[in-house]
Amino acid sequence: MKYFVSIFIIISLSFTTGKKQAHPGYKVGEQAVDFKLKGVDGKYYSLADFNKSKGFIVIFTCNHCPFAQAYENRIISLHKKYSLKGIPVIAINPNDPVKEPEDNYENMQKRSKDHKYPFIYLIDETQQTARTYGAARTPHVFFMDAKRIIRYIGAIDDNFEEPEQVKEKYLENAIDAFLKGKNVSVTQTKAIGCGIKWK
Amino acid sequence: MNRIIYLFVFILCQLNLSKAQNIPRLKTNDLQYWTLQNSDTIFVINFWATWCKPCISELNSFEKINKLYADKKVKVILINNDFKKQYETRLKPFVKEKNIKSSVFFMDESNPNSWIDRVNTDWGGAIPATWIIQKSSNYEKFIEGSVSFEKLKEMIDPLIK
Repeated sequence: MKYFVSIFIIISLSFTTGKKQAHPGYKVGEQAVDFKLKGVDGKYYSLADFNKSKGFIVIFTCNHCPFAQAYENRIISLHKKYSLKGIPVIAINPNDPVKEPEDNYENMQKRSKDHKYPFIYLIDETQQTARTYGAARTPHVFFMDAKRIIRYIGAIDDNFEEPEQVKEKYLENAIDAFLKGKNVSVTQTKAIGCGIKWK
Repeated sequence: MNRIIYLFVFILCQLNLSKAQNIPRLKTNDLQYWTLQNSDTIFVINFWATWCKPCISELNSFEKINKLYADKKVKVILINNDFKKQYETRLKPFVKEKNIKSSVFFMDESNPNSWIDRVNTDWGGAIPATWIIQKSSNYEKFIEGSVSFEKLKEMIDPLIK
């Protein structure tokens, strides 16, 4: 009997560990871990490198996804606006380049050059960062303060298709409230996006 | 002779036109349709887009389900999430070209944050995603990510009386 119970436990455990997203991901208020990931310039970056920053806009994004592309110019503007205030955009591509060749390192280099990315664009080769953060789709935003306490998770704004029709700039509202020392009213939103291509 | 060819081509076009399904546009509140009615119909609802590769790869599984359970109370609903500007240029031609038999709907909302939680609060919004409902047995299952034909069948079979 004990034998069967142990087998049962082993089987159940193997099911749990075999799941693609073992970590449920961060919630607002939790402290995120730092990472060390390769940028399109060949250098490795960690959040600790930006020791003068007031916070970070970490965005899981990629080359191929139409939603990520629809937000590309807005991400560039966000960086231009907020890096001056000490909050840079850190873009991370977590997709498996075997499943989505358009998201491989060379294409990241090409896209960031063609579209003149002013922010660093990192590759999450092991997908460990995306899993730990609980990123599920592209684009997926995590705004955190200098201590890496997460203040906002979700969408950039309320209209992916028509930037001129945006009514609620969720992310900017969260950053502006944080910069004024006020509470962030909407801390979590959802958006349709391309599911991350897990290995 | 030419006349007959023209007529033949014309008839063929007509046949083709009549086959392409109409694609209704959905608003947030329309999503309640499948959860409110107390029916023993099994709704197999898939969220997809024409540009989403994993969605396209699994489309055939849903079409197979639709065909396999044609005489049962199983209804396959494919809710499309392309951009509004692609409704005419991409979605309609795609549905016609692939000759999709399951019912296709278009999610006509610009802010997904307004409706994602209505489907499932655990859903982050990544597609593909599949939602299976049978109201009469209080069955509801949500899967974020791809799902196989076998897995769908495994979930549907026990619900059929």
